[in-house]
Amino acid sequence: MHIVVCVKQTPDSAAKIGVENGHVTWGDASLVVNPWDEYAIEEAIRLKEKHGGKATAISMGPESAKEALKTCIAMGCDEGILISDPALKGSDALATSYTLAKAIEKMGDVEVVLFGRQAIDGDTSLVPVGVARRLGWPPLTYTSKIAELDPAAKTIKAERLLEQGRQIVTSKLPAVVGTVKDINEPRYPSFMGIRKAAKAAIPTWTAADLGCDPAKIGAAGSAMRWPSVYPPPAREGAVELIEGAPEEIAAKLADKLIADKVI
Amino acid sequence: MPNKIWVFIEQFKGAIAQASLEAVGAARKLNSEMGGSGVTALLFGQGVQSLAQDVIAHGADEVLLADDATLDDFRAEAYGALLVKLAQQHKPEVILAGATTRGRDLLGLVAVDLNSGSIADAIGLKVVNGAIHATRPVYAGKLLSDVTCDEHHPQLVSLRPRAFPKPEPDASRNGAITPVSAALAEEAIPTKIVDYAVEQGQVSLADAKIIVSGGRGVGGPEGFAPVRDLAQTLGGALGASRAAVDAGWIPYAHQVGQTGKTVSPDLYIACGISGAIQHQAGMRSAKVIVAINKDAEAPIFKLARYGVVGDLFKIVPALSAEFKKRLGK
Repeated sequence: MHIVVCVKQTPDSAAKIGVENGHVTWGDASLVVNPWDEYAIEEAIRLKEKHGGKATAISMGPESAKEALKTCIAMGCDEGILISDPALKGSDALATSYTLAKAIEKMGDVEVVLFGRQAIDGDTSLVPVGVARRLGWPPLTYTSKIAELDPAAKTIKAERLLEQGRQIVTSKLPAVVGTVKDINEPRYPSFMGIRKAAKAAIPTWTAADLGCDPAKIGAAGSAMRWPSVYPPPAREGAVELIEGAPEEIAAKLADKLIADKVI
Repeated sequence: MPNKIWVFIEQFKGAIAQASLEAVGAARKLNSEMGGSGVTALLFGQGVQSLAQDVIAHGADEVLLADDATLDDFRAEAYGALLVKLAQQHKPEVILAGATTRGRDLLGLVAVDLNSGSIADAIGLKVVNGAIHATRPVYAGKLLSDVTCDEHHPQLVSLRPRAFPKPEPDASRNGAITPVSAALAEEAIPTKIVDYAVEQGQVSLADAKIIVSGGRGVGGPEGFAPVRDLAQTLGGALGASRAAVDAGWIPYAHQVGQTGKTVSPDLYIACGISGAIQHQAGMRSAKVIVAINKDAEAPIFKLARYGVVGDLFKIVPALSAEFKKRLGK
């Protein structure tokens, strides 16, 4: 069974994010695998270990994203493929989902495509469902458990974490599975894995390699424009410390919260 | 031609999502700012006709009602196909939805079929030259981004729950209820819903007006008892920091923060939470933040309106007792 996991390289979640001349900055924070994607990578490796076959990590991004793909290999993925092309610059979820779907179609034999819940930079969560739609596959987003998967019968049973609790669904393979943190505990790269990743060649696929329609990729294929990005307004005022014995504190705080009309 | 403003109404087992009614309110405002021809609500489900009047009371002028067994609960394939079909037929200028798991999936899917842009998780809307410019948090709220898909139609926008006011219902409002048919037969929908494991009596974090959260300072699973009691006393939801979830003290569904849920309650009470930047990302848009922590230097105090430096195991039960008294419980 061929499993694909789509990953994005993002600034570390502890990075101090700012804006300079209209561009997002993250100081000297390192670029990492999007933290949500770690669960998808782990699940891809577990599916491969259980059902055999191979797990391929793909990432659309600049040359630096090869490092993210090497992390995937160090964790246990068999190979990594970078999708990179100047023509892909400025892609929104619409163009990104088109490009990733073209890459998955090119591989031809994929049964499961895994995603993290969302990328911690753009935070849209739109790409997994977009890729599923473009491929015509079921979108099993917010999956907290793959309860059953039968490659021969081409069926999958998944638990999805929705607002009201867990929803249990069955569906057909091939499918797109979006994961949430609950699904597993990602492993650390092994020593052998790190050695393998260091030696791994990461091929680059261009838009032409994927047979992309130039009108559907990059800025040309995107519907979204981002006129401005800026820091949120600072919260007003300093903290008011409430002191006294616990009962006094409780009474004072209750007065204030009721006066603020939040209770 | 006047603009048609549409709103997707999400319902689960006959209850309308709060975020959908908030979206109806936002749609009314857009309707006047964009010279719209009225607000049309899309209500899909089985046996949901009785909800249509409530949607009208909250501000819809028309309800397109699809009542069908295949639409009983939300499935992206079935709901998406129907919304695409209706949009191709009627050409709305705007489709709004709540930015819930279902709303985000739906608009993301519809964007592909209609070759348009979907703006996810908007917290503000304005109209510039007849097009929507939405403000949305990026980098988990560390930045805000103004975005638009002004050259594509329809403009699809999901709205963050509790970011827009819920309109007051007006039972005297009238509206047309127009039945429409499902787009897909059951055989054409690969996904089947088998069951739900719904947590009874739990307030959903996204909809909660009040959230009481515990962090590393609660010390263990049993340490959540006073935090849970305060949440229940206030009719609020129970939240947690990543530290408490990763330690296995409380399920992930309660996690607030960058790799958990993003919430915007009226009141957020952080008990024993230091306030790491990742946690702040999930709760900084709360109206009033109360921090209770032993460490006076904890970063959470920089965000809080009210702070208590002290032992949460003494303060939190005292607060519960006080509110039980005040609220007559």
